[in-house]
Amino acid sequence: VRQLAAAFAPTVTEKMPRYPGSKGPSFELAKSKAAASRRTPKWFSLQQRYAPYLFVSPFLLLFTLFSAWPILKSLALSVYATNGPKDAVFVGSANFRFLLADPDFHTGVWNTAVFAFFSVFLQLPLALGLALLLTRGWLRGRELFRLIFFSPNLLGQVFVAILFSVLFIPQYGLINQALHALAGIALGTKWLSNPALVMPALVLTALWMYTGFNMIYFLAALQAVDRELYEAATVDGASGWQQFWAVTLPGIRPVAIFVLITSTIGSFQLFELPYIMLNNGSGPNKAGLTIVMYLYNNGFVTGDLGYAAAVGWTLALGVLVISLIQARLTGAWKASEE
Amino acid sequence: MRIGTLLGRGITALMLLLAAAIALTPLLWLVAATTKGPDDLFHYTFFAPQPTAQSFRDLFGRVPFLRYMLNSVFVTCTAVMVQLFLSSLAGFALAKYEFKGKKAIMLLMLATVMIPNQVVIAPLYELVYRLRMVDSYLGLIIPGAVSVFGIFLFRQAILQVPDELLHAARIDGCSEFRIYWDIVMPISRPMVGAFCLISFMGTWNAFLWPQIILHDNHRFTLPIALNQMVGLQEQQQYGMLMAGTLLSVLPVIVLFLLLQKEFVAGLTAGAVKG
Repeated sequence: VRQLAAAFAPTVTEKMPRYPGSKGPSFELAKSKAAASRRTPKWFSLQQRYAPYLFVSPFLLLFTLFSAWPILKSLALSVYATNGPKDAVFVGSANFRFLLADPDFHTGVWNTAVFAFFSVFLQLPLALGLALLLTRGWLRGRELFRLIFFSPNLLGQVFVAILFSVLFIPQYGLINQALHALAGIALGTKWLSNPALVMPALVLTALWMYTGFNMIYFLAALQAVDRELYEAATVDGASGWQQFWAVTLPGIRPVAIFVLITSTIGSFQLFELPYIMLNNGSGPNKAGLTIVMYLYNNGFVTGDLGYAAAVGWTLALGVLVISLIQARLTGAWKASEE
Repeated sequence: MRIGTLLGRGITALMLLLAAAIALTPLLWLVAATTKGPDDLFHYTFFAPQPTAQSFRDLFGRVPFLRYMLNSVFVTCTAVMVQLFLSSLAGFALAKYEFKGKKAIMLLMLATVMIPNQVVIAPLYELVYRLRMVDSYLGLIIPGAVSVFGIFLFRQAILQVPDELLHAARIDGCSEFRIYWDIVMPISRPMVGAFCLISFMGTWNAFLWPQIILHDNHRFTLPIALNQMVGLQEQQQYGMLMAGTLLSVLPVIVLFLLLQKEFVAGLTAGAVKG
């Protein structure tokens, strides 16, 4: 606090011009803006002094009410069982104990984890690969390719889900037609009603939607790598593959870690894609049930907001632990210290 | 040029073209699907020889689709403007002023960024219910009105604005709000563009919160309206559904094409520098 005050004091005197206090209304005929301020020096210095508070207060008010307060409230709510927003009964840790024992929750966690694993490990290498191809110096039309690869991301999960639920139709759907022609899979393959295929369908859809999005980050990172390092490596006789490991990867490491962690977090919040592709349900054998869908069903279909809060905190904690593990494994801490 | 180099380039180009085809084919199919009648929809893979606007006629005739579109436009534009104003104003204050509690505010914001949205959905619903804002646009827009992400974005951008400029304006008698309005905002235009687009996409595509908050069919925004149409779906109506999907994604695509450059800059600003 003292540091803050010390930082505050000099800037106040520096920023605020001192006005002779008692001059009063003798400047009333001023015409220019400059003079207009001198006309009411008191008002002018007051607005200078309080401007930052005025500027942050609408934000702060809404933020406190709709963000900070609900977070605290959520902690409290998680030890209640509720029936809609009105009736609440204190249940202590029962919500969490029930949650950890509920087979449906286990299914949701498993499905979400499988989705996150495959999404991340298919999307990110592919995104990096595309970005590497796009950084070739001789390539023409880089901007156009970037735009095309990114375009699926413009659709939003709901619309992608609706589109792909039609593309995945057995017999006539475009995906079955294409895969039948190219890879010989059965035309009647039922992606969304065969429990074993629900997850692959979701992973494929996410792959289509998000690869280009992640590529944007890799592309920006690759373009920021120092050209001279490559030249030096070439002079030293390093092969393309060696250059990738010795120059490219270290160069893009901070961004790669960022993309890895954020896309993992995003994958763990999967909801709209399965919910809509599976007709507002969890699919055959609950093969498309995810953690957030479990939260939604319990909180807003059954109406137990307390239980939903408990699920939310469990998800938050899980995601935090996974992010920390990822940061640790990739040496993110070391990267930020350098 | 060596044969090997040429071959390498050929393979690279081929892979890029293949990836581009995969990215574009579903979109092309979507466009094609809206021009086909129910009988032709799966009969022709892409375009049918006889295009028809039947899907669009059904869409506007059988469901109040125009109403849904206007709802979405209203909700999204309002939300974007409110978010833009509040985020940039607070971002400006955090970038260019020293004041008591600034550090505390920054820390508070950072702490909440780490917490996923799902944690607050339940208590937020309870709160909105208490405030009697369920099934209203107020309940839809206000809880999302402040974007911490947006504030950081604007703070970052406004930090680049030279202090001398602000001092000069002050000496000329410019009020602090006019400094924000007439100097800081015009200078930060790229960030305004990027933020508008990101915020537009977020609100336009939002599903979970509108689904929880809105009950009356007449207030539905496009994502929940279309999702409801899937439920009513019979085989014959795929065309209508695809037409609805196309019209729902078109505004975002157009806006993106207009603001593309700013968007990429805004998206990667935090990641690459940080």
